[in-house]
Amino acid sequence: MTPAPSAVAGQELTLPAPRGACPFSPPPAYLDAHRAAPLTKMSLWDGEPCWLVTGHQQMRTILQDKRFSADARVPGFPFLSPGRRQLLTKAQPSFLRLDDPEHARLRRMLTGDFIVKRAEAQRPQLQKIVDEALDRMIAKGSPADLVRDFALPVPSRVICLLLGVPYADHEFFEGQTSMLVDLSTPPEQIKAAMGTLNGYLTELAERKRREPDDSLLSRLVARGELNEAECAAMGMVLLVAGHETTANMISFGTLALLRNPAQLARLRAEPQLIKGAVEELLRYLSVVHFGLPRAALEDVEIDGTLIRAGEGVLCMLSAANWDEQVFSGGAELDITRDARRHLAFGFGGHQCIGQPLARAELQIALGTLLRRLPDLRLAVPYEELEYRTDKAVYGVRSLPVTW
Amino acid sequence: MQVSVDKDRCCGAGQCVMAAPDVFDQSEDDGLVLLRPGAVEQAARTDLELAAGLCPAGAITVREDPRTGSGDADGTVDA
Repeated sequence: MTPAPSAVAGQELTLPAPRGACPFSPPPAYLDAHRAAPLTKMSLWDGEPCWLVTGHQQMRTILQDKRFSADARVPGFPFLSPGRRQLLTKAQPSFLRLDDPEHARLRRMLTGDFIVKRAEAQRPQLQKIVDEALDRMIAKGSPADLVRDFALPVPSRVICLLLGVPYADHEFFEGQTSMLVDLSTPPEQIKAAMGTLNGYLTELAERKRREPDDSLLSRLVARGELNEAECAAMGMVLLVAGHETTANMISFGTLALLRNPAQLARLRAEPQLIKGAVEELLRYLSVVHFGLPRAALEDVEIDGTLIRAGEGVLCMLSAANWDEQVFSGGAELDITRDARRHLAFGFGGHQCIGQPLARAELQIALGTLLRRLPDLRLAVPYEELEYRTDKAVYGVRSLPVTW
Repeated sequence: MQVSVDKDRCCGAGQCVMAAPDVFDQSEDDGLVLLRPGAVEQAARTDLELAAGLCPAGAITVREDPRTGSGDADGTVDA
């Protein structure tokens, strides 16, 4: 087979690639790569060869193909930093970093809890959480930091419900998890934070065994199918996966709307558009931005390009979600677009298990924010805002707002 | 139209319920896909195709041929 013309062997790229002038746009390097080809060969910081996947269709194909492994212990699995290698290989892997059949066995212990019907039934509870967070922000007075005072507390409280822990614990687990998802955290510190969280979750699981409650974690423990380490790994998934992702979608989504006044006005005038608006914001912003990592278990040909066994791939969700072949005018935010084919939750058997809950949280949080604060606006010049380029979940660091 | 669902592949993401809530459901026990009885006949073809396209696990197949099969163990339903 002839190599694809785009295969720039040895090309080096800092990952995640730097953002350009527009904070909402995928890094220009991904868009440039995509213009050349949907798959681009490059090398990582450690010299490992890796394919940058930017095409929507190719990404769907790869993420659905079981010849690509999500297991970080497989040769060629791509890591973005030494700290990430520590995080992903030294811990008991959660089902996120396992392949079937183990992945399916563990994931299916949770699927019943994250069905669409259940997320819908939880709406009154979610509405209460959102209203109370907003009450507190309003009571504190304007200006407020929307990240700290609204976007983070909402998913934090939802996670406390899932784990069955008091909200007082949130500062502890937020502090520890934020270290885990920071690209600059050195391996030793990652190891220490993992140990601390593991201890917390193991102790928590033990408590649920003694005193069961109606939390998800308690039901998992009661199944009696998980050993201690697996239990802690499950707890870690619940803790990390739904927290900064949802929080950054709330704050960065708010910013995207504030920067697109016509879209914001339309959504305020027609609040029933919120479901589609949330899908479009998920597509437009793709906050999970390090690239979904996989390693080829055997030689696989994707669209005429040969990916060899032992080579890594990184699926850059943001680039696929701006792929013009699927989303015409994708560089524009359009809340009336049918954005449901976006890959913000990933694709394949590992696609986000908590997406029905995430959708409900986002629809309620953004819908309520816009309804209750009709005069919401930035409290600092837009140019002064800073972005989470070094965090596994992208977004705005803080969002000073007034109303 | 004919729709079949493969529970072995299903990963309980719920995309099908979002795309065509009148046709697809999820088991409250394990979260896996269920076809609502008699619903495929009433469904719009575009909704069925969207559900199949959105399914991350490739667990939904939509076929044109109305003659083959008569509802088998893996949940095939004729329309």
